[in-house]
Amino acid sequence: MNKTGDEMLNILWSSMIIAGILYSVVTGNVSDISNAALDSSKEAVTLCITMLGVMAFWCGLMQIAEDAGLVEKMSGKMQPVIHFLFPQLPKNHPANKHITTNIIANILGLGWAATPAGLQAMEELAKLEESRRSLKGIASNEMCNFLILNISSLQLIPVNVIAYRSQYGSVNPASIVGAGIIATSISTLAGIVYFKIMDRKR
Amino acid sequence: MRLFLFCSDMIIPVIILGIVCYGVTQHVDVYESFIKGANSGFQTVIKIMPTMLALMIAVGILRASGLLEAIGMRIGSMTDHIGFPGELVPLTVVKMFSSSAATGLLLDLYKEYGTDSRIGLIASISMACTETIFYTMSVYFMTAKVRKSRYTLPGALIATFAGIAASVVLAGMF
Repeated sequence: MNKTGDEMLNILWSSMIIAGILYSVVTGNVSDISNAALDSSKEAVTLCITMLGVMAFWCGLMQIAEDAGLVEKMSGKMQPVIHFLFPQLPKNHPANKHITTNIIANILGLGWAATPAGLQAMEELAKLEESRRSLKGIASNEMCNFLILNISSLQLIPVNVIAYRSQYGSVNPASIVGAGIIATSISTLAGIVYFKIMDRKR
Repeated sequence: MRLFLFCSDMIIPVIILGIVCYGVTQHVDVYESFIKGANSGFQTVIKIMPTMLALMIAVGILRASGLLEAIGMRIGSMTDHIGFPGELVPLTVVKMFSSSAATGLLLDLYKEYGTDSRIGLIASISMACTETIFYTMSVYFMTAKVRKSRYTLPGALIATFAGIAASVVLAGMF
């Protein structure tokens, strides 16, 4: 599953390096390139040290939540929401569970737990669509809705952004949490309104 | 506005308190769980370190060459009319493809303009509310063996732009 991501990065990274060096030759900034490369690598290490602290702390906290059964408890309460978002999805279909896990993991910022659940949900939705129409290779409404929801990224605490801000000298790194929650709700709401309209058309 | 920032300050302490208390009432070995999770968080960061290094070097080179600035200024003269700083355009576009490459650009903006400047704030908020559209779509649809994605992309773009617009407005309130 990492293949596409790696390919994209491969293109992005190489074109950044090539474009940067070629452009510096044209503009006569080429003497700054070696300093930039060395400084950036030093900085990357310093940043990762800050990240180690913040991430270890947050993941530790989330592990407590998981071990205490908080994630499971939240899943139970999500059922009506899932039914509203995916009205055609049968109530006891296995996709329900994966979708719920994916949404909750995203909200809590548990990216590593969100992706596997999300991919399992897609597999289940693909099976469901096959049993309905036996048409392969076309996204079902549920798949479209699920991906829009996923991409609109409902996230409660942007841990990474807070860590970066603290590394780069913010007076109050967490001050953006409130604004972040409002913005993420607006983007998710926009996504939901759109796919609800499309869903009705069918 | 003060209330808004106060709530922002309260969210994290409340979450910490809530989770620890809930763990204790459920008779979970809270300390043990924390160490276990912290360990996995540590591993995650170690794993992304080389990626981070590679991308920060690439962005460093782009910045030193002056290309980043040139692109930002060129596009900025167009986007400034709608109140969106051109400096943020490269970040917004790259974020649709790769989250780690976007991080490199985000840090560059922090260095250049400061984390609490208007640009720094818009960047922070918009990074917190957007996802890598094209990356996510290709991975998820590949898993489901889907080639026609129908209305997914327009929906994802609408959600993303709504989030970015909200970020611009919200950053203005600080």
